[in-house]
Amino acid sequence: MGREKAEEKRPGAAKASGPAAFGAYRGICASCIHAPKCAYRLKDVGVVIWECDLFESYETPTLQEVVERHGGRRGAVIAMLEEIQAKYGYLPPHALEVVAESTGASLVDVYAVATFYRAFSLKPRGKHLVSVCLGTACHVRGGPSVTKEAARELGVRPGDTTPDREFTLETVNCLGACALGPVVVVDGHYFPHVNPGKVKDIVAETLAGLDKVEVETDRRIFPLEVNCPRCNHSLMDPRFSIDGYPAIRVTVSFGREHGWLRLSSLYGSYNVESEYEVPKDAVVNFFCPHCHAELRGAAACPECGAAMVPMIVRGGGVVQICSRRGCRGHMLDLGGSAVE
Amino acid sequence: MITLTLNGLAVQVEEGTTLLEAARFYGFPIPTLCYNDGLRPYGACRLCVVEIGEGPRAKLVSSCTYPAEEGLKVRTASERVLKARRMVIELLLASCPQSKVIQDLASAHDVRQQRFKQEYEDCILCGLCVRMCEQQMMAKAIGFRGRGESRSIGTPFDIKSEECRLCGGCIYICPACQLRCTFTEPERAICGGCANISPPCVEKEQFGDMMCYMEPCVACEIEKK
Repeated sequence: MGREKAEEKRPGAAKASGPAAFGAYRGICASCIHAPKCAYRLKDVGVVIWECDLFESYETPTLQEVVERHGGRRGAVIAMLEEIQAKYGYLPPHALEVVAESTGASLVDVYAVATFYRAFSLKPRGKHLVSVCLGTACHVRGGPSVTKEAARELGVRPGDTTPDREFTLETVNCLGACALGPVVVVDGHYFPHVNPGKVKDIVAETLAGLDKVEVETDRRIFPLEVNCPRCNHSLMDPRFSIDGYPAIRVTVSFGREHGWLRLSSLYGSYNVESEYEVPKDAVVNFFCPHCHAELRGAAACPECGAAMVPMIVRGGGVVQICSRRGCRGHMLDLGGSAVE
Repeated sequence: MITLTLNGLAVQVEEGTTLLEAARFYGFPIPTLCYNDGLRPYGACRLCVVEIGEGPRAKLVSSCTYPAEEGLKVRTASERVLKARRMVIELLLASCPQSKVIQDLASAHDVRQQRFKQEYEDCILCGLCVRMCEQQMMAKAIGFRGRGESRSIGTPFDIKSEECRLCGGCIYICPACQLRCTFTEPERAICGGCANISPPCVEKEQFGDMMCYMEPCVACEIEKK
């Protein structure tokens, strides 16, 4: 299911596909509320992406929902502000007014809370939070010069955010890792024994490495274990792994070739390996390696119209993939609602 | 009724009375700065410290917030209390030397030196204006913002508040600032009444609602001319 690096990196990939409402959108855009107005006209371009900075799902609570859920209780001000901060990354002035109005508190009360706690920010934060420790131990070991270098490298003062909204630089008073000092923490990753020379590397590593972390924690990607829909034998091949998970082994034939094909079992990954190179856009026939029955479903691919290949997901449900090489059409039905 | 000892004198006060109220009722003077009869005690300035208890267990408490207890032994002017009070005044002088109220306090308590780094703040964070706005004016236009070193008093986002009726109560009650309204920076002004050409009482029908505290009254000054 081939996520491609280039698409991953596309800033603000817009969303395509969506439930019936946005029928023509595909990928993550299918479930994004911004899809119809998205500046990245991916529907027109025909690009499908699965990652996007601008993504906001239907499930993301709106300001009003956050407020209503807490029923306007005065004691819930901090909880509400936390949720709003999680949603926007900061507290917009308008949000404070909404919270104040719903709880019956004065705006100045909410503002006092919002400015008291370090967890709340009234200014938009960057994608990556760089915290330089200036606690006692880090301070005497050179924290101030690291702070200075970080400020120079990012071009912002501590507490500020770079204009491109990539980095927010802040100083903290102790991270409890005094033995590692001077410590710099970027998005929860601790960098020990930092000196001014290492700051540049840390920034570069953050820009490059954070994507890796995002992929690892991406919940839209998960391994499936599948069986043959006819004989119910497992199609998993534990001796052969793709993407770090056991591959799915099937037999394919196209043209005059006939041989094995191994698919990544990661839902969301399009990586395959095969005995013979399958030309792009070729429609191939899938067979079960155990009962040799052809795996051919009744459904047609929503993307290209070729026949879909059904496989039984262990634990219930059916996954169908398009039989055309290079096409990303697939459907996952885990006993009920279909996910494109 | 509760019986307690004030400077060796056994007195009776009603339950719920604070030590400050009891002491003032029986004629023992206690200086205060952040205390005002119309506002809830806040205990910010620490000028009203008194000593309670005896021997090694004696301790200093702020009398404006400490409720009277049965059998409590209170000293309002012991050596320790006076020393603490002088220190408080000295610290206030260090941050806000231009305040007439604080200068008078220093003079009255014989504070003749100031050993700390001199600053020229216009606010001692006593909270009088915040409580005035909330409890007397029912407006809640101003409040505390931030914390620690960056704690300050003002409106949300430093812009003129919609709640503010320009009553001037905050300026009237302030012991330190005199110019916290910052009329020289209109967009940051809490009320701007002192520089405002059309003061609240110009609309006479609403004058009662405004509860004007301007002193001197800007409108009256204008009319006199």
